[in-house]
Amino acid sequence: MSTLTAERPTAAPTTRPKAPKRRLRGESKLHPLVWVFVIAVMGFSLIPFYWLVNTSLKKGASLSQGELFPSQPTLENYLVVFQNPEFLLALRNSVIIAVVTTTVALVFASFAAYALARLKMRRKAMILTLILSVTTFPAIAIAAPMFSIWREIGLYDTLLGLIIPKLTFALPLAIYTLTSFFKEIPRELEESAYMDGATPFVAFRKVILPLAVPGLATTAILVFISVWNEFLLAVTLTTSPESRPVPVAIAFFSGTSEFDQPLGTISAASVIITIPLVILVLLCQKRIVSGMTAGAVKG
Amino acid sequence: MALKTIPASRGPAKTSGRDRAERKLAFRMTAPSLVIMALVAAVPIGYAIWLSLNQYSVRTAGLSRFVGLENYINALASQEWWAAFGQTFLFAGLSVSLELILGTAMALLLNLAFKGRAVLRTVVLLPYAIITVVSAITWQTMFQPNMGLVTNVLSALGLPGGDVVWLGEHGYAMAVIVMADVWKTTPFAALIILAGLQVISAETYEAAELDGASKWQTFVNITLPLLRPAIVLAAIFRTMDALRVFDLPFVLTRGANGTESMSMLAYTQLRENRLVGEGSALSILTFLTVMVVSVIYVRFAGGNIRDVAKEEQ
Repeated sequence: MSTLTAERPTAAPTTRPKAPKRRLRGESKLHPLVWVFVIAVMGFSLIPFYWLVNTSLKKGASLSQGELFPSQPTLENYLVVFQNPEFLLALRNSVIIAVVTTTVALVFASFAAYALARLKMRRKAMILTLILSVTTFPAIAIAAPMFSIWREIGLYDTLLGLIIPKLTFALPLAIYTLTSFFKEIPRELEESAYMDGATPFVAFRKVILPLAVPGLATTAILVFISVWNEFLLAVTLTTSPESRPVPVAIAFFSGTSEFDQPLGTISAASVIITIPLVILVLLCQKRIVSGMTAGAVKG
Repeated sequence: MALKTIPASRGPAKTSGRDRAERKLAFRMTAPSLVIMALVAAVPIGYAIWLSLNQYSVRTAGLSRFVGLENYINALASQEWWAAFGQTFLFAGLSVSLELILGTAMALLLNLAFKGRAVLRTVVLLPYAIITVVSAITWQTMFQPNMGLVTNVLSALGLPGGDVVWLGEHGYAMAVIVMADVWKTTPFAALIILAGLQVISAETYEAAELDGASKWQTFVNITLPLLRPAIVLAAIFRTMDALRVFDLPFVLTRGANGTESMSMLAYTQLRENRLVGEGSALSILTFLTVMVVSVIYVRFAGGNIRDVAKEEQ
């Protein structure tokens, strides 16, 4: 796993055997052209954000002129969003769905991941492959029949009806990420617990789980982001504001025509739900990076 | 990872009794997850196959008749399916290629030790956390006629495209959708590739330098071949994701102007046209297409990965 490398400033191999003294360890001067490229990459990542915020601060004529800086910045769009009861409901729905799905997925996944990472088991490779293949399922293949099943049994357009199918995609992601985290915990710690007469389950609860807290947190963040982001199941299996989560609410914000969207308000709503995610990235970027690349390099 | 398996044993077994207990525990610990996934993935897909073999009355609820493969035959004979098929693959081909090229470049940058690397990594990661719907809206604001940044800059520079209604025209609409995807998911490709880059040992580079290889030669002859497993892995993940694209065309064009994907077509038939049988057949076709591609990928690329792993040893 690559957590390590992402955090170490010296991990990058400098091509020169010895760097001149005045530089920090492993730090090298960049070619001016490389700086141009660094700035281009930063621009590509940040400018669209700027434009979204810029659009959200404009109203009326100023909106349709495309000013680089809003000449009369206004928070009116934000007020409109916060006064919209459907948006507030969607926020509530998203929080409930994401929190419940993440919690349930983490509980079940940590059991499964421990067995897959540590215990002797028949057909382990096959099970792991099966779990992973679920992550590549196109959601439509599940959403389409779920739409029919849920309408029959009354789970259509309910939060529970959304949490259940989302769990199918959250579980493999959580199992896969957690398995690679569990594998990193040194075996010696469990072995000494076994010496003291612990059963594998006790070793899991008393040794592995406490040590895996960072891995669990990382997995929780990734699962949360992916559940929060999910759109196809959400749009297929809901129809009323009472159960619509945020992505669907934003997609349907006032009207379905793509030509007369009130882009200022939609941008403001987008900014509002993006802020918590940006904070999450700023606070937990190392975790996110380590989770995303978990197991990508070493099996 | 997906392509490797976990060594099943851990040293010589102490007693077969403990082995059996351990296997039992392992089974109990995995069972709940497997049951949930089977119930919520396998059962619906099985049911979708059943639905796809029937035709349902739009007027009378519950009225249906078995039609066998008719829905599939109709779908495969329809222009809509092949248009959606082609558009989905066009989208996947374009966006995944761009993401791999840009991702490799980003990974090389992030692997350089320089002041500001931490800032660069954070900035690059930001779009990844954005939900896809918002990514779509962001790029809509960029390309909107009159008010978009890109359209305004193009107009100011006198370049073509400034006065184009991007989302309203064939080709242009696809370009915006590809952009929105590349923006959001290149960080993912970059981080996977970066992880691969960081396991290449410094000695390998030193040896190349001693042999007098130029930087470009080193990149082409050493870095790229050693990076291949990581790039292939990023390609697999990204392709599987791109082939089920739905959110971006849904928000940006509702599938108009040559942007309807396989998933969107199935959704439209099912939810908007209420054609349960046809929609189910289309979603099964989408599912099969994605599975076939993933098998092909693992067949070909999986072999590559094993070869490189052997060479490294």
